[in-house]
Amino acid sequence: MYPDYLAGLLKEVDRTRPKRLELAKSGNPVYPPMNADERKDVLSKYHPDYTKGARCKIRVGPNKGQELTTEITELLEAHSMVEPRLMDIHLQKPDYETDLLIIGGGGAGCWAAITAMQNGVNSMLVTKLRLGDSNSMMSEGGMQAAVAPTDSPTRHYLDAMGGGHFENNPELVRILTQDGPEVVKELERLGVIWDKMPDGSMQVLHGGGTSRKRMVSCRDYIGAIITRTLMDEVHNHPDKIQVREFEPAVELVLDDKGHCAGAILYSLDTEQFLTVKAKSTIITTGGFGRLHIRGFATTNHYGATGDGLVMAYRAGAKLAFMDSVQYHPTGAVFPEQIAGFLITEKIRGAGGQPLNKFGELFVFPREPRDIESAAIIRECSADRGNGIETYAGRTGVWLDSPLIDMIHGEGYTKHQFPGMCRQFNRFGIDITKQPMLIYPSLHYQNGGVEINGKCETNIPGLFVAGEASGGVHGRNRLMGNSVLDYNVFGRRAGRYASDYAKKAKLGKLSLEHVTKNVRDLKKAGIETDLVSPMILPSYTPDDVKIQQLARLGSAPARHSMLRSRISPSEKRKAAE
Amino acid sequence: MSRTPQAKSRAGNKPQAVKPVAPKTRAAKAVLQDAPKARMVTVYIMGKRHVVPEHATIMRAIEYSGQQIIRGAGCREGFCGACGTIYRLPGDYKIHSGLACTTLVQEGMSLTQIPAVPMEKAIYDIEKLSPDVDTFKRLYPVVFRCVACNTCTKSCPQGIQVMDYIQAAKRGDVASIMDISFDCVACGLCALRCPAEIVQHKVGVLGRRLFGRYLAKESKELDTRIAEVQKGAFDKEYKSLMSMPKDKLSKTYYERDIEP
Repeated sequence: MYPDYLAGLLKEVDRTRPKRLELAKSGNPVYPPMNADERKDVLSKYHPDYTKGARCKIRVGPNKGQELTTEITELLEAHSMVEPRLMDIHLQKPDYETDLLIIGGGGAGCWAAITAMQNGVNSMLVTKLRLGDSNSMMSEGGMQAAVAPTDSPTRHYLDAMGGGHFENNPELVRILTQDGPEVVKELERLGVIWDKMPDGSMQVLHGGGTSRKRMVSCRDYIGAIITRTLMDEVHNHPDKIQVREFEPAVELVLDDKGHCAGAILYSLDTEQFLTVKAKSTIITTGGFGRLHIRGFATTNHYGATGDGLVMAYRAGAKLAFMDSVQYHPTGAVFPEQIAGFLITEKIRGAGGQPLNKFGELFVFPREPRDIESAAIIRECSADRGNGIETYAGRTGVWLDSPLIDMIHGEGYTKHQFPGMCRQFNRFGIDITKQPMLIYPSLHYQNGGVEINGKCETNIPGLFVAGEASGGVHGRNRLMGNSVLDYNVFGRRAGRYASDYAKKAKLGKLSLEHVTKNVRDLKKAGIETDLVSPMILPSYTPDDVKIQQLARLGSAPARHSMLRSRISPSEKRKAAE
Repeated sequence: MSRTPQAKSRAGNKPQAVKPVAPKTRAAKAVLQDAPKARMVTVYIMGKRHVVPEHATIMRAIEYSGQQIIRGAGCREGFCGACGTIYRLPGDYKIHSGLACTTLVQEGMSLTQIPAVPMEKAIYDIEKLSPDVDTFKRLYPVVFRCVACNTCTKSCPQGIQVMDYIQAAKRGDVASIMDISFDCVACGLCALRCPAEIVQHKVGVLGRRLFGRYLAKESKELDTRIAEVQKGAFDKEYKSLMSMPKDKLSKTYYERDIEP
């Protein structure tokens, strides 16, 4: 239920609705879309990537000298959890041996395991939490695929390139858009239930930045439906795909020729470091929302801490576009308990409109995400002051969802958005009758480890797919292209990495790159006791953390995990 | 250990400990001063007493108590089913269940998370199944033990009519299983509570996959499109777009027509 202090503002939304509905039904744009100059202006002034301190120069590693997102730079300029000297004996006698190691159990990881198996290669899939615990599981709205007769993969290509400000890797975008229709079919063959028209054709809707209706969906549970289907398939082959849960990788292992040769895992249950020797390795660890970049709330999964980036970078892999972060235009602002939660873009695809405190539209509802987010931030900024304030100290704008049933007929919202209805019903808000309050929420890692069309990196034997990879989205991903990304490139990674595994011959295993990292930090004059990868974010209150830090002497591993989650300012407080 | 309710500022919203990015207007500050202060409630986490903010979810309350969750947190938004939790309330004999990420604490709540739900998944080749009752007889014969007690439905944090889809499985009504179980997050609370020891959420996955694979009407348009791609119908256009200089590509982009 909305509190009384918002009642007056809610009335404004009701007041302006009939006119907005009329315009929406007319088929004309409900608000003029921005041109190139307007886009540039709103981005440079209001997008969080352009705020002071958002980026800083990295002093070590393959991207040395480049400006990266500050929080990422900090993680990449940190110490390893592993002491290489103590691992020597385990490198000689690994705990596990496999042809193909897949790090990360989301959609891309599951796909890679399945296609590798189809290619005759068995794999081991290691994951930080449970299989399927990932951002893949959480996507709501849909996946882009050019399946409609009025659409084409090349139109999809053009939309994606425009969304990414023409900086995307064209080869990757071609693969992404060209494979789309086949992925839809392939997923259906595995048992995914698409929203369809009565004649069996795919139901398609608009997303931000699409010039044709192209978003295919599974009500508003596309991630859950696809990921559970893929997980079920993985679990159907226990003899060919070995799954290890709660055993995240924390460092890659190279061989003496510099080829990737497996990884060091860290068992969250026993705090052991385990060595995996693998002929070929795929990183599918997803993104980094849990770093709470620029202090933003996030839509992301608990484990989204960018671990794959850290491992790959320390092993010498190049990163691309790691200076840009995606903020989803519509994260929940009220009630406080679900602040930051994802409100699917499908709401706007179906006709939902963002409104300021006067109940007025201030932006075309389906701009690409960076533009839409920047426009919402602008509306809430002191320059305009048109946001709606909550007692918890958040600011947002309305997302007018009752319009949807008025456009498509009663019952549409309930059937197409069961997840959204449920989320808000828990707090007494009926989104078919009242709007939602929203503000941009940290959502996606646009860049990542640089890959080519075969998901290869600059390290032989190391492949990357999904959100952990960089290039396909440039500096801004369009909605529905990440679900497509992990499906398209997860499949390909499994195929190419298994091909590689068939021929690979490994040399002597080594963690020399980790030792080198220590030297590089020293040489660059970096003094830090930050340990990475982060593995899990900490939401422990500060006073508790400070007491935990009182421990003296030779710290056990969990202590170093904890240290990695304490910011320098907190540490100063602890020392005082 | 019970910590005093001093630090009001971190009440409840800790996981998204975020300062709104938009600069505060003076009017907003006035509003904030009047904002009600967070009240605290007493809860028992695995038997131990803690004082936590009253509007915290169970997950945030556990973290507020100083614990780092390893098993028992996943997406934190109600999709992944990692955080199934059971609890009792004072003066109430019932065992309640919910997802820790979306269930709010209450005064006197006594709770524990369920770190994993042990069970056996049937192994099958989806290509060799039929979408009918025989498949359920063979793979999950346990569904026929259902005594229609409705405990599964009562325990479902998603509000799904779980028993109804188990009954549908007994009839081989795959379409109903798909439709009813669609929003299942596979937390497994139903399976833990079931007196007939059925693994409802696994039956649901099987039902949904059978529907998608065998009963969904196929799209002719989709097949046509795939054939076009395979024939290379778009190769020329791709080539032209991919070789365009940035300014020309940009012009093409901004001039493209947009379907209403």
